[in-house]
This record gives sequence, structure tokens and C-alpha cells, in this order.
Amino acid sequence: MSDLANTVPSVASQGLKSAPFFRMPGRETRAAFLFILPATVGFLVFYALPFVRGFLISFTNWDLVTAPEFVGLRNFERLLNDQRFLNALGTTIQYVVINVSVQILLALLLAAFIHRFTQSIVVRAIIIVPYLLSNVVVALLWMWMIDPRLGIVNELLMTLGIGRQPFLGSPDQALLTVIFINIWRHAGYSTLLFLAGLQTIPTEYYEAAAIDGASEIRRFWNITLPLLRPVIAFVVITGIIGSFQVFDTIAVTTQGGPAGATRVIVWYIYEYAFQRFNMGYSSALAMSVFLLLVLLTAIQVRLFRAGESQL
Amino acid sequence: MSVVTPAKANKRLHIALGRIVGWAIIGMISFIMIFPLWWVLRTALTESGSIYTNTTSLLPINPTTFNLERVLGLVSREEALAVGGSGATIDFSLFLRNSIIVTTLSVGGQVIFSAMAAYAFARLKFPLRDRLFSLFVAALMIPAVVTLIPNFVLMRELNWINTFQGIVAPRFLMTPFAVFFLRQFFLGINRELEEAAQIDGAGYATIFWRIVLPVSLTPLITLSILLAITEWNDYLWPLLVGRDENVRTLTVALGVFRQQTPQGLPDWSGMMAGAFVAMIPTLLLFLFLGRRTVNSIQFGPLK
Repeated sequence: MSDLANTVPSVASQGLKSAPFFRMPGRETRAAFLFILPATVGFLVFYALPFVRGFLISFTNWDLVTAPEFVGLRNFERLLNDQRFLNALGTTIQYVVINVSVQILLALLLAAFIHRFTQSIVVRAIIIVPYLLSNVVVALLWMWMIDPRLGIVNELLMTLGIGRQPFLGSPDQALLTVIFINIWRHAGYSTLLFLAGLQTIPTEYYEAAAIDGASEIRRFWNITLPLLRPVIAFVVITGIIGSFQVFDTIAVTTQGGPAGATRVIVWYIYEYAFQRFNMGYSSALAMSVFLLLVLLTAIQVRLFRAGESQL
Repeated sequence: MSVVTPAKANKRLHIALGRIVGWAIIGMISFIMIFPLWWVLRTALTESGSIYTNTTSLLPINPTTFNLERVLGLVSREEALAVGGSGATIDFSLFLRNSIIVTTLSVGGQVIFSAMAAYAFARLKFPLRDRLFSLFVAALMIPAVVTLIPNFVLMRELNWINTFQGIVAPRFLMTPFAVFFLRQFFLGINRELEEAAQIDGAGYATIFWRIVLPVSLTPLITLSILLAITEWNDYLWPLLVGRDENVRTLTVALGVFRQQTPQGLPDWSGMMAGAFVAMIPTLLLFLFLGRRTVNSIQFGPLK
């Protein structure tokens, strides 16, 4: 026993001494080490370790003040029976499906029109402007535009004989209104991505199809859509991941209301983490979002066979 | 000698109609994209009492810069209260300064340190290089909400809540996107210049600063524009760690302003003036670097 205790340090010190002898890291390796050092520190401290830590926190009950208490899988059991969580998940899925599908249809159509009729940078610049503004500014400006009493949109609806709408104030309309606001901000961005995709399709394809007498709609269906598949896959996948985490617009406009109509998953997590300071349960919620997104993305990558262009 | 057959005339009419419909749609969408921005400015420049009396005038009513002065803290508290402001001190010039500090630090650090790492990943040989790079890229897949809580806890432990370093820290040293983006570009640079410099005895640091960075100016600017827009508009993280006025950014300030404004009678003049202040840098960027900005966005995430 004592022999072993004595030999361990001597082996260690021997190893230390001889290490530079056999494996002196080259000049290139030392330079590389210095070049990647800051980024690696950033990666470890703000990505890798928090990821692990978030996982560990989700097994505890912790209010940030007293010491965390280990509760095993209890947070995850609770989550499966939490009706408000399941509702938030449902609301989020509703948001994601409508938001992504409407936006992609709109962007595809708009991209096709712009591609067909104009190369103007001005048109592209105009449609991208909303994307350059923050979600907060966009949310505020639309709250003003659709204000029930003073908003210009409601004035217009009055003139058209439709009548004033409560929009964000109504449980039936609030989620759709938030979706509209986000589509307004994002559609131009998706359009630009599709335009970039359209520009990579060789014009000969269309010329050949035109000679064969294919109508414009047929050409769109049989040439444009299939060749655009990688871009569509990219926009759908990133769109789903992004809109699954919608927060800013809801934090500024409805804060989950009215009557929970816009309580999406990240807002729910925010409530638990930063209003009730229940770090354990909110981390468990966050981890479940992570698992859901990984699963969703894996399914989509398989469905789209993303990245494989038919060009 | 051209003969216009009925079929040809019909086809021409068809094309003309298609063109009109196409342009009508493009025009309508452009209008929907642009009009709200005008409405922000129109409201910001309208005398605050008049937004109730005339809700449809397309031009500012009794045009005034009072609202803008008010949100920039140039007007006394009594005067601000008199026009229906919340009376809370609002000084968007301070928040503007904070946003500029946060964006500059965050983009500066992110670009320099990510470029260093990207250069090593693209050019230098070292143990575990490819494995480490895959890990960096894998971090792209981690949703922000997952690291949010642990990072907030870390900031509390470091006592960095309500400090600039707290707001900037998580992205200052790298973002997976920036490293990935720059590595892709560095891989495509011709090695000849670097090899020539190496023969002349230049070290890796010299090659990086004197050759690699200068020839990569275009992608560096592209990346900086993309990151600057993201940082400028970021909300959730600065909301958590930077609520204090001395470090509060414009987006957080607008959120706070909105929450402080009376529910029944919101201070729209003030909010739109604040929103306009927050829009100015973006619009300036657009005026001076319009084409490059559009192309950056188009090119950014795809590559």
C-alpha cells in the first residue's frame, strides 16, 4: 500500500520530465493552440458547460437563493402531467405550423414573381427592411398600427365595412396576429433565400421546357420546386427551429395572454425561470424543447434528404 | 414586314397582363413592407395630442420634433408629463450609447476571435483539430433557450448582472456561426501568398494579420454586418442581464417603456419616437451599405 503511494508521484514526475523529450509540440501546434484558445474558452464556458449544467439543473429543485435540492426525475414526471405545459406546446405547434407554411408559400410566390419580372436591388432592399428591425420595434409598430381605437388598420377596416377588430386583445385573434407580425418581419428574408436559390437554376431548363410547350405554372411545378428543394429544406428546418423559440414579440405584446392564448413554450419557460425562479423545472422544460427540436430536425433532414440538389 | 396574327396579338396581351399582375403584387407587398415604417415616423413627428383627433392623416399633424426631444431626454419632466408621458425618466440617448457599446464590443470580439480560430481550423495542423471543429459546429444545433438559464446563473455567480461584460460575454469569444462562416472562406483562399511569406520567415501571427485578414476583408465586412444586425436587435439576453439603466440597450428600453406606459392610454407618441431612434442606425447602415447588406443577408446563412 505504502509502496504504491510512493511510486505514484515518482512515475508522475518522471512522466512530466520526459514528456517534452518525446513529444515536444511543434511550432505549428503551439501557434494553433494560441489561435484557438479564446474561441475554445468561449465554447467551453458559454456552450458546452452550460449545456451540461442545464441538464444537471433539470434534476434539481432550485430557487437561486437556497441550495439546489436533487429531486431525480421528478421535474420530468411533473412536466408530462402539466396541462399548462401541454397547452403551451400545442400553442407553439400551432404557431410554428401556420407561421412556417404561410411564410414559405408567400416567399416562394414573391420570389418567383421578383425573379421573373425584375433584377432590381431596390425591390430586394425594400422587402428585406423589416427583417433588419428588431422584433421589439416591429412588435411596437404593429401594436400601434392595429390599436383597437386609434390604429390605422382598424380605420381601414371600418372604411371597408368590416368593422374594428380587437386583434391582440382577443383570445381568438391574438395568436394569428402575432403570426402575422412575424411573417411581416421574416417573409422578405425567406424570399431573398429563395431568390438566391432561383438564381442558381440554369435558364436552359426553362427554355427547353418552353420549347416543349410546358406552361409557366407547369415549369414552376416541375423545374423550379424540385431544384429548389435544398433551399426549401433549409428555410423549413431553420424556420421551424426559429419559430419554435418565438419569444420577443410575445414578451412585448401579449405576455402570453389574453387567457393564455399566446403562451408559447419559451414564454412559459421564461415565466418559470425568471418570474417564479424555479430553475429546476424551467431547465427540465428547456431540455424537453431541445430533445423535441433534435427529433424534429432529424425527421425533417430524412424527409427532405436535405442538401441533395437534383442539379 | 411583320404580320400580327390574332394568336400573336393574344399572346402579347397575355404577357402584358401577366406583367401588370406581377408588378401589382410586387408593388403591393413593397407597400405593406414600407408603409409601417413611414407610420412610425409620421407618428413620431405628430404633436402628441393630435394622434387622437386625426387617426388617418398620412402626413404628420402639427409637425414637431418634441416627441423625439422628449425620448432623447432633452425635455423637462414637467413638460413630458404635461403631454401624457409616463413621467418616468426616459433617455434614449443613453440607451443608444449602450446599444452602440454592446454591439461594437460583441461584434468586434466575435469577429476577431472567431477569425483566429477559423484560421487555425482552416490552415494549421494540430491534434484533435477536426474533432474540435465538429464540436463547434454541433453547438449550432443547441437552441438558445437551453443555455439561457445556466448562462444567467453563471452571470449571477460572476456578479456580472447589469454590466456590459455580462451582456457581451456569451458571444464575445466565439459564435459557432462566425467560426464556421470564416473557416469556409479561409479554406478557399489561395495558399501561395501564405507559403511565400512562410519562406520569407514570417510567423503564423504575421501571416494571419498581414495576409489572411486583409485578403478576407469582404467576408469580414459581410459577417460584421450580419452580426451587428443580430446584436443590435437582441432582446432576451440583455433583458435578463442588463435591465439597469446604465447598461440598458435600446430594445430592452423599448420593452420597459411599453410596460410602463398606462394600459388604457398608451404613450404612442413616445413609443414611436423611441422606435424611430432605434431604427436610425439600421436605416443608416442600409443607406450607406445597402447593396452589400442585401447581398450579405442573401449569402450569409446559406454558405
